[in-house]
Amino acid sequence: MGFDYTRSTGPTLGRFLSDLRRRRVTGIRGSDGRVHVPPLEYDPVTAQRLSEFVDVAATGAVRGWSWIPEPLEGQPLARPFAWALIQLDGADTSLLHAVDAGSPDRMATGTRVRARWRGERVGAITDIECFEISDEPADPPAEADDVTMVTTPVHLRYTHSASPTEDPFLRGLMEGRLIAQRCPVCEKVYFPPRPACPTDGVPTTDRVELGDRGTVTTFCVVNVPFLGQRIPPPYVSAYVLLDGADIPFLHLLLGVAPADVRMGMRVEAVWKPREEWGPSMQNIDHFRPSGEPDAPFDSYSRHL
Amino acid sequence: MREVAVVGFAQTPCVRETDGTTNGVEMLVPIFHEVLGGLGLTKSDIGFWCSGSSDYLAGRAFSFVSAVDAIGAFPPIMESHVEMDAAWALYEAWVKLLCGEVDTALVYGFGKSSAGQLRRVMAMQLDPYVVTPLWPDSLGLAGIQARMGIESGLWDERSMASVAVRSRAAALSNPLAQLSGRFGVDELLAADYVADPLRRHDCAPITDGAATIVLAAGDRARELCERPAWITGFEHRTDSPSFGTRDLTTSPSAVAAGKAAGAEDVEVAELHAPFTHQEILLRQALGLGDDVVVNPSGGVLAGNPMFAAGLARIGEAARRVHDGSASRVLGHATSGPLLQQNLVCVMEGRQ
Repeated sequence: MGFDYTRSTGPTLGRFLSDLRRRRVTGIRGSDGRVHVPPLEYDPVTAQRLSEFVDVAATGAVRGWSWIPEPLEGQPLARPFAWALIQLDGADTSLLHAVDAGSPDRMATGTRVRARWRGERVGAITDIECFEISDEPADPPAEADDVTMVTTPVHLRYTHSASPTEDPFLRGLMEGRLIAQRCPVCEKVYFPPRPACPTDGVPTTDRVELGDRGTVTTFCVVNVPFLGQRIPPPYVSAYVLLDGADIPFLHLLLGVAPADVRMGMRVEAVWKPREEWGPSMQNIDHFRPSGEPDAPFDSYSRHL
Repeated sequence: MREVAVVGFAQTPCVRETDGTTNGVEMLVPIFHEVLGGLGLTKSDIGFWCSGSSDYLAGRAFSFVSAVDAIGAFPPIMESHVEMDAAWALYEAWVKLLCGEVDTALVYGFGKSSAGQLRRVMAMQLDPYVVTPLWPDSLGLAGIQARMGIESGLWDERSMASVAVRSRAAALSNPLAQLSGRFGVDELLAADYVADPLRRHDCAPITDGAATIVLAAGDRARELCERPAWITGFEHRTDSPSFGTRDLTTSPSAVAAGKAAGAEDVEVAELHAPFTHQEILLRQALGLGDDVVVNPSGGVLAGNPMFAAGLARIGEAARRVHDGSASRVLGHATSGPLLQQNLVCVMEGRQ
């Protein structure tokens, strides 16, 4: 699962990130006179707005560290490294970054480090590739434009397990069958099934097999293009109430002009070729009008 | 002022991996039945519902809305949610009861950490501009804090291992614990580091689980529970999210929350300390002496269901009042990186 978070920087972080792009590090003076790096917008004790920027060095000393023998995805280094709180020369508080020390034996509190600047800098904390153990100054500043936005890609991996109620539903789909669950208390039939009946809060234990015909309870004509859209607009997204089910689900309706779609329209599933089936509702390519007379409003009015 | 008490508590077993959805419904249904059934209540007796969970942990949007299925929210209920440990949801419910709006509340938290990579998911709670892009992992950050304490002489790797030994031994009497057993300090110290100076035993395990507490006010609490755990102090405080500016060897917010809630003279304290050194730090911050029984359940080192573990600390502490084994207890919860936010709930039994 991924998303590129795009954020405006504001004046304080904007200054810090723009300066990183120039191979400069900028702090800010707090209410108590301490110089904070990275700069804070407001003082952590008095909550006063801070505005006095202070240039600090790209060299400093380790104030605390841990050793990561097996780095994780996205971290500054793919080989074992140290996380460190680094107090840069001229600062009073510490910046978190990675130190490319090679071995934990070379790390100690007080160890002198300098920034290793990235060649292509964009105005981000990762413009410092990492820190390295050295007594020498870091590379000198360079010219670069200001940045006002930062983009942070976030990618996280999840394993979603099929729950006990989803399992027969997904297995059924692989055989072209539609398996719903019935609540033992209110007897409502859920398709797709849910782990618990939202009305009664009890597991939906009874299985019910449904056919692939139903009624359009409501619909919308999609005219607006959006990121990730798979069908060129205009097209119709419809809520389909399968015969015997109590909850409609959203699916695609084709084979009819958008202007002719109506509530109560009877529809049937159009399945993909069997060799393309998987444990997915996408086994049904779309719904199309079945040609039956429209369902009377009373037959679906409680399921809108 | 109204008096409010914890009258019921239930939690799932703490396990490495469950087969349910990340919406928590499969974990919540049985503990709702257990806690309500134990009090002779049904869902219609609950005036307010409040939960704590995280969509980043669940890997899906609005997982807390799907979780409401476990309640059976018809007719409609009054409900709220915090994207924090459910101990903060308990605080919200407590305020609601104090205001006199309702007489009962059910609070729950759930987390299926096994679905994702917890060490990376936890980076989502850090500063999104200058920290998260580095993807610091929760163990690496805690390792920095542990080393600062070691170098300040506040604890050492032996005293940290002793915390793990005591937790796992205590968990032998907790049938819901994930990790328990008799270990020796030297045996644990023989293991490799996972984030030097932290070894595996210094870190809470990755756990799937859920917990729930029922609160009731005044006479309603006395009707429902023979020995309610009356809340006498309930406070939460926060430190700067900029942890490079903080002295990481202490936690001003824990000190302040403990003082405000009246942490003194407690017999039992359940502390939400996901790392061994943090238990030592919290004992100092809350001023808990050697006579205080800390984490008789084994604490989160024996099972750490994210977003439920802090609530479960309060539930475990309250349970010692309910069963008559203690009369003044403390439950603590933490949120944010490196003990940034801390909550203390002090409870008493009465004759």
